[in-house]
Amino acid sequence: MTTVLVDYDSGNLHSAEKAFQRMAAQSDAGKVIVTSDPDVVARADRIVLPGDGAFPACKKQLADYTGLFEAIEDATRNRAVPFLGICVGMQMMASVSREYENTDGFGWVGGEVVKIEPSDPALKVPHMGWNDLVIDHPHPVLNGINTGDHAYFVHSYHMRLTDPAHLLAHCDYGGDITAIIGRDNMIGTQFHPEKSQSAGLRLISNFLGWRP
Amino acid sequence: MLKTRIIPCLDVAEGRVVKGVNFVDLIDAGDPVESARAYDAAGADELCFLDIMATEENRGTMFDLVTRTAEQCFMPLTIGGGVRTSDDVRALLLAGADKVSFNSAAVANPDVVAHAANRFGSQCIVVAIDAKTVSPGKWEIFTHGGRRATGIDAVEFARTVVAKGAGEILLTSMDRDGTRAGFNIPLTRAISDAVSVPVIASGGVGTLDHLVEGVTQGHASAVLAASIFHFGDFTIREAKDHMAAAGIPMRMT
Repeated sequence: MTTVLVDYDSGNLHSAEKAFQRMAAQSDAGKVIVTSDPDVVARADRIVLPGDGAFPACKKQLADYTGLFEAIEDATRNRAVPFLGICVGMQMMASVSREYENTDGFGWVGGEVVKIEPSDPALKVPHMGWNDLVIDHPHPVLNGINTGDHAYFVHSYHMRLTDPAHLLAHCDYGGDITAIIGRDNMIGTQFHPEKSQSAGLRLISNFLGWRP
Repeated sequence: MLKTRIIPCLDVAEGRVVKGVNFVDLIDAGDPVESARAYDAAGADELCFLDIMATEENRGTMFDLVTRTAEQCFMPLTIGGGVRTSDDVRALLLAGADKVSFNSAAVANPDVVAHAANRFGSQCIVVAIDAKTVSPGKWEIFTHGGRRATGIDAVEFARTVVAKGAGEILLTSMDRDGTRAGFNIPLTRAISDAVSVPVIASGGVGTLDHLVEGVTQGHASAVLAASIFHFGDFTIREAKDHMAAAGIPMRMT
């Protein structure tokens, strides 16, 4: 079993790598490797796509690695490998992002990535810090994670889903913020599980054992 | 609902935690990685390391500390001190930092903030503002550990760096830092109300009521403190209980 963390020069992978390695070791879930190599992604048993920063920049960086976008697409869509997107990695699952300009995502989950506009003008953007989750749909990767558990968010854009069935959890920030999405073999978290202490580590462990 | 964050700050020099009282008289308060682990276990919402020496020869020590902390603490980590270029930001992010804080370099050239924010996203770019009261309702930026006046208005500067892409402001009152007399509330409120991004209040915490005031009166999104936690006056839990009792939404762990 090999879980790959896709490295496309977007932000800090060090904590994610260590968190996945720790949980993989505890549950005997095989190797965790960080790679930019499309051939390694093509052979992976699980794929994690992190992402920090602006959507267009992330998309461009991913596209700059020849064959990487296609390898992720093929493994996730055609081989149905379990996929976890984190933060902008989750947003990339959407059809389109409106951040700065219109940028296409993978289009696996219908929806668009739009600016957070809290109803209360006193609320700051970015939405930064710990917010409590409301679980909308149970899911194996959310085992042991309950409504009221906290996760660490840092983002100015979030995903607006076309089909509410794909919304696994949300949080409140002057309106609903999409926190976890999922369909078939794919799941994505707007928050950072690798920064969310025990609830985050639990989610990572569940993902490593998930057989969709 | 988003919770108010409590952020213990570890001032680091030559690989050890220190805390300056008004930025002099350093007292050794232990190993940074051990302290970070203790704060992680205690339910701190984030951690902040400030490299107060930040000399070139000490950079390697700081990277090593960040790396070792990020391997053991699965919580957000902000690093500041001696950050001059977007390449410095990149090196710290790669070592394991989640957010990186500019200070003097942003004062010298606010465009460095824009460059780093465009490259890595605003979410990981913090600007640390050290301000002193120069007359009632008027605050000026000081650099180099509070020793150098700049003549720059603190509120105006906060607006500038946010327009350049700063995702958060770490605001330290140089009048209050190390005094335990409480945050500079008018300063904190002026900056918090002037910018659209979160403001972390810092400098002067001596009691748990001070933490409450920073949020309720200063409008800060997060409170940073060092001595009251490092020297065991209060635990993170006591601080959170006290703030929650005052009606502030806190993450209880």
